[in-house]
Order: sequence, then structure tokens, then C-alpha cells
Amino acid sequence: MTTPSLMVPPTRRSPLQGLGLWWDDRVDRYNAQPIFLKAIWVFLALVLVYALPLLRPPGITTNQIDFGGVMFDCASFALVALGLNIVIGYAGLLDLGYVGFYATGAYVTGVLTSYHWHWPYFFSLPVAIVVTMITGVILGAPTLRVRGDYLAIVTLGFGEIIQKVVNNTGWLGASGGIKDIAHPPTIGTRPTPPFHQGGAFAIPHLQWDGLIPSLDHEHVTHFLVFGALDAIPYYWLIVTILILVFLGDRLIKASRVGRAWEATREDEDAAELMGVNTFKYKLLAFALGAAIGGLSGSLYASGQGGYINPQAFLLIYSMLYVAAVIVGGSGNRWGAILGGVIVAYLPDRFRSLGDYRYFIFGLALMVLSIWRPQGLLPPRRARRARAAAVEIDALEDGDEETAVADV
Amino acid sequence: MDLGALFGSFDNFLSFTIGGLVFGAIYALIALGYTMVYGVLQLINFAHSEVFMFGTFAVAWVFVALHGTSSAQWSLGRSVPILLVALVAAMCTSALVALLLERVAYRPLIKKNAPKLIALISAIGASFALSEAMGLRDKFAKFFGLDHKLANYVSPGKARDVYSNPVSIQPHHLFNIGHYSVTDVDLTIIVAAIVMMVALDQLVLRTRLGRGIRAVAQDPEAAALMGVNGTRVVQLTFLIGGLMAGAAATLYMVKIGTTKQDAGFILGVKAFTAAVMGGIGNLRGALLGGLVLGVMESWGAAVFGDQWRDVVAFVLLVLILLVRPSGLLGEALGKARA
Amino acid sequence: MSEPTTDRRAVLEVDNVTIKFGGLTALNEVTFDIKEGEILGLIGPNGAGKTTCFNVMTGVYQATSGQVRFDGAPLGRLSRHKITKLGIARTFQNIRLFKSMTVLENVMVGSDVHSKVGFFDALLRTPRHRNTEAASLAHAKELIELVGIKADLDELASNLSYGDQRRLEIARAMATRPKLLCLDEPAAGFNPAEKLRLMELIRKVRDSGFTVLLIEHDMRLVMGVTDRIVVLEFGQKIAEGTPAEIRDNPAVIAAYLGVDEDDAS
Repeated sequence: MTTPSLMVPPTRRSPLQGLGLWWDDRVDRYNAQPIFLKAIWVFLALVLVYALPLLRPPGITTNQIDFGGVMFDCASFALVALGLNIVIGYAGLLDLGYVGFYATGAYVTGVLTSYHWHWPYFFSLPVAIVVTMITGVILGAPTLRVRGDYLAIVTLGFGEIIQKVVNNTGWLGASGGIKDIAHPPTIGTRPTPPFHQGGAFAIPHLQWDGLIPSLDHEHVTHFLVFGALDAIPYYWLIVTILILVFLGDRLIKASRVGRAWEATREDEDAAELMGVNTFKYKLLAFALGAAIGGLSGSLYASGQGGYINPQAFLLIYSMLYVAAVIVGGSGNRWGAILGGVIVAYLPDRFRSLGDYRYFIFGLALMVLSIWRPQGLLPPRRARRARAAAVEIDALEDGDEETAVADV
Repeated sequence: MDLGALFGSFDNFLSFTIGGLVFGAIYALIALGYTMVYGVLQLINFAHSEVFMFGTFAVAWVFVALHGTSSAQWSLGRSVPILLVALVAAMCTSALVALLLERVAYRPLIKKNAPKLIALISAIGASFALSEAMGLRDKFAKFFGLDHKLANYVSPGKARDVYSNPVSIQPHHLFNIGHYSVTDVDLTIIVAAIVMMVALDQLVLRTRLGRGIRAVAQDPEAAALMGVNGTRVVQLTFLIGGLMAGAAATLYMVKIGTTKQDAGFILGVKAFTAAVMGGIGNLRGALLGGLVLGVMESWGAAVFGDQWRDVVAFVLLVLILLVRPSGLLGEALGKARA
Repeated sequence: MSEPTTDRRAVLEVDNVTIKFGGLTALNEVTFDIKEGEILGLIGPNGAGKTTCFNVMTGVYQATSGQVRFDGAPLGRLSRHKITKLGIARTFQNIRLFKSMTVLENVMVGSDVHSKVGFFDALLRTPRHRNTEAASLAHAKELIELVGIKADLDELASNLSYGDQRRLEIARAMATRPKLLCLDEPAAGFNPAEKLRLMELIRKVRDSGFTVLLIEHDMRLVMGVTDRIVVLEFGQKIAEGTPAEIRDNPAVIAAYLGVDEDDAS
């Protein structure tokens, strides 16, 4: 079989296995709790996630660049990774040109809200999603019939083509890019810079003197003003969307559709002979992945100071997205989110490493894939399969006898 | 769109075709590295582009070492002695990088029988690291206190800028086809590439080493049972891929003369495209795919404008895969798959 | 066990089918049918054309001449998943389960064939999704119990014993509610005790209303479980009849004479 198999063969216990076990333990404990306690935990976790850029916890906070911006990047990457996880992790399709969809979404929003028309942001968002999805279908329909490996190269080509096309097309702003992309509407009074920041109220950030927090009234986030100055409202928006996508992902995965994806990934021929229309489900995964890519791209276009240019959509980002999914644990939505956050966060956090950071990132990627090929947080069942495989190895000789007795 | 640019005169047409063949020959040589590794291991050797990139630097360094830094314009004939040294140096450098890559990034994963996707991620990581290492060469040298001694090689503070051969090789007119003047540089590149590919093809077809490679490509387990050392064969494919990438790097530097730490990326993608187009795993396919890709993108650039060159290349790839999913010549080195 | 089946309706008819690959004739004017509710054995020495025959019956190959009719209608050029939907399901000689899916999920993939649940049903958790899912779940559990898998429903397929993996394949194929269930060498790799259990299972499957086509190497198994047997040799049908008739057929004995002990045991 040439389809990438996500089954992980038994190897000796890797140093990062503890993370998976720890995570299992958390999930088990959470599941064992009564519903109202669960609700409280979820609520607390959500509050923490939303408040994180305001709390600026020491150790995590990046000092050289705006922490809110970093958090926005992390959330965007997590969203992208979540989308790509459907394509790679669930359906087993290697898409190396995901940035092409990201760019499509961003440029649709750019063109609709600034460059040619002046639509409000939230009108452009669904159009961006639909256009990207159609792009995905147009690209996927012919290529998903060819062998899996070739899909990788065709998508790689697609990513490159999109970047070159926007770079060379005057109608899309060419290499100069598009500026003044619309922001989502303000809640509260409209800002009238430079004197009035707008919004309904201002939320101060925390500042830390060692481990002692105090309120920082000089740096505040205005609720709720989307603009180029403060990335935190965008972070909130994208986290909200992330949660919605996450929930949808969960529902789909635990249904006939999710089963069809997994069966196709495991053994395409067998799936087909069991009556799964593999092509249809591959196309669905591809189109959904594309749509989420377009959604993230659209948010990025508005969030990044309302400015995009072709340099933001280089093919190398596709590699980073794939890396995020695989590093996090292909096939596990929590893993994808973790991977996305790590890939976005590390280079920013270790900015002090300066020029070395991508070098170290490359090495880390290599070491991680060798050390822990199934990713940091693989699907629970893959972890279980590993444990069982070790057990079976040990029982190998006795196994046949058991089978006889069993039959 | 300007069809006249391409078809307006026969001379133009020839000139674009020959220009395309020159790049096509270079793509073909790099494509070998992808196609052989894919044929044997069924994995995309994503970091092969860096193998090539290290080769281009080896060439530039040999010129700096043997010629000094004053930029000069030499004829191809005059630079032959240095070029030969550079060729050997580039082939050795690229082969070493390729072997290192196999040892560090792939073998541990192959041993664990890890999924192909993971090998690809490892390769992406290796690619990042190698390319960045070249871009940081001044910093590394500084760490050893050598940055001033080696200033001409590591270009302190400018390691990320374009790095060039001090000698630019001046093409000389040899003869005309129609009115198009064929230069020695063009001819050398095309001939050298084709000669090397034919030699390699014969090596794989006729020698014991070649039989081993083909055996592992078809059925690794059976080959192992028949006493073929799988690891050896994998090493050998990386070695050959590296040697060819080094040769490609030399030819590239003869033609272009400058390089950069990220020069490999797009060339690598194109070369992989060429390999897929010809039929991945198929050596002759790599040659054909490389030449077709080179010529077609050159024509495309003539018709649509140079900035559309890469787009033409990829659109072509997609079209060919749709019409012939296993490439122009099919997959020969690897096993036949349904 | 050999109750008269001749008067029943034919589920699948192989009518004068010839298959050629280039110059090679893999099947030569083969004619037989499978009647509703019977277990038909398809046997023959290695290279006799069993697999080719199997593939033409499951729509993988198209006949060079002749016709395969399923449920009275010719089996045309359909994509493979539609064949399953039509009512032909199969197991694989070399087990091909969805390894990193659970026992339950493997079987549910089979039941999903007739499900009308779409993407939006799943996303919005419509009543249709809930009902279908509940029905599938119940059906899958029944089948798992029927084939006798003792492992946990949430166990991964890859963690099952070899015997259970074979049984799971049968359950998965049965879940598609086929009119014809094709078992491709289900006893491969089994020891005699396991084979005995398998024979029981196959009969049980037939008794719960399935029509079974059994391709098998093992003569004892075939003789013991089938209602009728078709024997192929060199692409030709050389005999057809009840196990007792086949056992005494001189042509069959000749074909199997000198066949390796392993194959004929």
C-alpha cells in the first residue's frame, strides 16, 4: 500500500510518551466527573484561554514582540492545523499546498472589502469560504483519483501557482499586496484616532514584576475594537471560531462520514469494496479542509493589520502547516491544535535566538519525528494500539495456543 | 499572451527551445536523486534540494580558493581546470550531504518502519536545518573564531545574500542552428547531463550494483532474503543521487554563476516535478521529464512572460498527471502498483 | 445439509463467461449459478482460475464474452462501491481490516452502505442521523455476537487474534446486508480446530438467511460445509454437483491427484 498509514509500529518507549499518558489521564479524570463539574471545568478552561493574552503570564509571554499578536498567530495556526488535520489525519491525503487555500481566502476578502469593492467584513467571510471550497473541489476532483503520492506534488504545485498568480496579477495587487482590508464591526463607540480609542470599555492588561502581578493601565484592550493596533480582539474572534470548528469536527468525526474517512485512510481498496464511495469522501475531506483554510486566510487578511502581500503565502508555510499536524499527532484534533500552537509559538518565543531559530526549528522537527513518529499527542487509539502491540509481541508464542483454545 | 514571441520567428523558437533544454538537463540531473530514492524507498526525499544547494556552494568556494576574489570573465576553455576541480568538489560535497541525510534523517525512521509521512516531516526538518545552516555559515565560523580568516567563503554579515562565483564564464559562439547561435556553455551542459544520465542508466541496467538497486526497488523483503544488503543499497541510491546533484550544481553554476542558501528549494520542486512527470522511479523518465519540463516552461515563459514560468511548469505537471497518471514513461525502477 | 436447492431462484448466474488477458485465456466458457440460500463452493488447483472467476463475479473484471447476471440483471461496469450496494460483499484472502479502527467501527463501515446520512445530518445530529446510527449500532453488535468475537467492541482490529480478525472480516461483509456473501479462502492459516469452528460459523451465516460463495483450498472444509461445488481446472469448469458427487468424480480426482498434501488435506 502506498497510502500513508498512520498505524504506528511498536518501538521502545520514547521519552515523550509521558505526555500522551498524562493527557489520557486528564481525559479519563474529566470523563469520570459528573456533568456539572465538567461544565465548571470547561468554563474555567475557556476563561483561561480567552484571558491568556491579558494575563501575560511570565515565562510564556514573549517580550520582544506583541504577545497579543503572538497569541493571534498561535490561534490562526491552530485553526489551520485543525483544518489540515481533516485532510491529512482523517482522510490520509497529503496536501502540501494548503497555503494556496489560505491565500485564496485572504485574497477574496482583500478584493471584496478593499481592493475592488467595499463590502463589510462579515459579508466577505462566507464568500471567501465558499470560493475556497470551490477551489478545493476544482483541484481535488481530477487529482484525488490519482495515486496518493502524486496528490502531494499536485498540491505543492497548486500552492506555488497561487502564490505566483497573486504576485503577478495587477487585479490582485501584484507584489504590492492589498491594504486597508476591512475589520469586523466595532462593539461600542467607533474609534476616532488618535484621541478616542472607542469600544464599550477598556480592559487593562496585567504586568508582572517577577511573580507579582499588577494592572497595567497604559496597555489596555478596548472592548471590542478590531483594528491594526491591538490583536487581542482578533484573538478572541479566532478562538471563538476555533471552538466552533472544533465542535463541528467532533460531530463529523463520530459519524458515518468520519468512519468512511478512516476506512479510506486505512485501506482504500478494502473501503471501496465495503461500499464506501472513497472518492466522494476524499473530495469532501479535501473541500472541508480547503474551506477551513479559506476561513483562516480571511481572518488573517483582516487581522494582520488589514494588509496582505504575496510574501505571506510562500510555499514554506505549507510545510509548516503539515509539520504542525504531524508534530501534534496526526488524526487527533487536540494534537493538531497543540502542533499549530507550537509551530507558531516557538519561533516567536525564541526570537532571542535570532537568526538561529529556523535552524533550530528544522533540527527540532527532525529530532521529533525520529523520536516520536506518532506526534506529541497521537489519537488515543494509536496510543492504545502501541501498548497492545508490545503486549502481543510478548505473548506471541502463547498466542496460537490461546487461539486454538478460543476457537 | 504573446504567441508571436515564441512562434514569430523560427530563431526565437529555437533559442527558447535550447534555453529550455539547458535548464531541463539540470532539472533532470537533480530529478535523479528524487526518482532513485523514491524508487527504492517510496518516499519523497524533500531535502534533496539542499544536497544540490551545497553543491553550488562547493563550486563557488573552489573558484574562490583557486582563483581568488577578483571577478573575471573567462571562456569556458580557460576555466576547465578549475571547473574539473569544482565538479569533483561539488560531487563529493553533495554526496556527503546526501549520505549524512540518509544516516541522520531517514535511517532511524526506516529502521522503525515509520509511516512515510513521518519521513517526509523529518526530511522537511532536515531541509530547513541544512538551508539555514548555510545561511548561518558566518555565525558558525565566528563561533570557531574563523570568520575573518574565511571571510571570502562565509561572507560575514552577508551570508544570506546572493553568493557568486568570482569567475563568470563567458559563453562562446560555436555554430548556428538557423540564426540561433549555439554556445559552448549550452552545449556542454546538455551533453554532459545526457552523458551522465546514460552512464547511470547503464550502471543500473547492467552492473551488479544496479541489479541490487532494482531488486530492492521491486521487493525489499525478497531482495533481503536473496542476500542483498538493503541498507547498502539505500546508501548507494543516496550516494548516486548526491553525485548527480553535485554535477547538476556545477553545470548550474557554469550557467548562472550565483547561488543562495535557498536556491535549492524551487529547483528541487521543479526537479521533483520532472521526476513525477517522467514517471517517478524511472531513470529515463527523469531525463525525459526534465527536458520536457525545461523546454515547456521556456516556451511558456516566452508566450506568457517570464514571471509565469513556474506557473506554466506546474500547470503542465497537473495536466500530464491527469492524462497519464504514472508519468510519461511509467514507473520502472519501483514496483508496478495497481 | 444437502437439501435440494435446484428449484430455488438463482442469485448470481455466470453464463458462458470467457476472460482473456492478452493471449492467455484465464476462464473459458464457464457457466454455473448460485441459488438463493445455498453455500456454493468454488474449488480447483492453484492457477485454475478461481480468483479470476471471483473477480468477474464481484465486478472487478469484465468478461471478454459471456455474461454475469446478478439478481436477474447483467452486472455491468459499475464502480466497486456500487457493487457492494447492489448486494455483493466479500472478505479477503489476506485479511484487510481497517486496523486502527475498533471492532465496532469496522462492522459499522459495512452497515453504512445503505445509510442515507449525509454530512449535514452528521453535523446537525438530525433525527435521521440518530436513528440510523442506533440501528447500525444494534445491527453491528448482533453480527459481532453472531460470528463469535469475544473481544471488547472498542478493541482495535489490529489487536484481535488472527481467528477473530477473520471473523471480523465476515461480520463486516455481512453488515452490508449482501444478497451474496463471497468468502475468499476464509480458512487460510487456520488449524483444524479453528476450521471446524469456521464451518459451523459458515452454516450459521447461511441459516440466518445469507447466500454464500466459498472459495477454498481445503477440501475437507469445502466438502463438509457446501451444498454444491463447482470445480475449475485450467480455466474450465470440469465438474459441478453435491459434495458426494464431486468426491467420486473421476475428473476431479484426476485434477487433484498429485496435488500437494497441504493443499488437499
